[in-house]
Amino acid sequence: MSVITIEKKILEKNDLIAANNRDFFNEKKIFVINILSSPGSGKTSLIERSLARWGKKIKFGIIEGDVQTDLDAQRLDVFKVPVVQIVTNGACHLDANLVRDAYSSIEKEEIELLIIENVGNLVCPAGFDLGEHIKVVVTSITEGDDKPLKYPSVFRNSSVLIINKTDLLPHVNSSLAKLKKNALSINPSLKIFETSCVTDDGIDKWCKWLKTQINKNESSTFY
Amino acid sequence: MHELSIAQEIINILETNVPTESYRQVSKVKVKIGKFSNILSDSLQFCFEVVINNSKFSNTKLEIETVPLIIECSDCRSKIEIEPPVFICSNCGSSNINLITGNEMSIDLIEIND
Repeated sequence: MSVITIEKKILEKNDLIAANNRDFFNEKKIFVINILSSPGSGKTSLIERSLARWGKKIKFGIIEGDVQTDLDAQRLDVFKVPVVQIVTNGACHLDANLVRDAYSSIEKEEIELLIIENVGNLVCPAGFDLGEHIKVVVTSITEGDDKPLKYPSVFRNSSVLIINKTDLLPHVNSSLAKLKKNALSINPSLKIFETSCVTDDGIDKWCKWLKTQINKNESSTFY
Repeated sequence: MHELSIAQEIINILETNVPTESYRQVSKVKVKIGKFSNILSDSLQFCFEVVINNSKFSNTKLEIETVPLIIECSDCRSKIEIEPPVFICSNCGSSNINLITGNEMSIDLIEIND
């Protein structure tokens, strides 16, 4: 009997492509965020509000990931920014290869901020590096304040938490303080924003922070 | 779904690391799966059996070693195992911790019956 000791990462192929994506984005000075959440937390609404706020001042590019349909890409059409839709046909997460292929269809556009909206899922997307600079996890107040404890890895692996649908706080049993406490117990370095895409509360604060990150990215290299 | 794509990736790695003439002689592939990697061992074992039967490695068994979630505390320097979702040092209570192990998803070795 012979034994081959290989010590290879199972996702090595994905990680290699992700590293290439990141090098490419750094070279082009494109700041890339990967937005993750469960279905219906408001990822697309958040992108819409960010486009409404900065669409004319920041050169956006959007990659939309969904299991089926191009409904999200259609929603963003009105903003006249480069949008490409990935339909995963059942796959529960985006991978680095899908992102590379999707980006190639908008690579001729001038882009400063690339937003990747991952498939709505709080589990699998957390494990796949796409070549982004930061992961942003969105959770809505209607999902309950215990989500960080139930799905810790996505909260641990993200740099930013956006608590969305704060306009619904008076109508639900979730506690904003408890949600923040739970999230920070998983990841004390999380930067937290509270937003409502209906009233626009908190959107300005999030957008200003986003702009600061882009400016930082233009003057230096992130990784 | 996730475990299925991981099982398929294990087979892809077997294909690139084993000479074609030895495919049928591969008796075991051993993987290390971290407790914080979002992979359920039973589900990975089940998915592996599904995909292996449709591959050229029909005699290959999957052995899974579960790697505990171990942290190092930046304050008291303890290296201890923790149970998610509690991300604090159980020695001094600090949340200033780094994950040492627990995120693994790797192939350790491949056994071939020559």
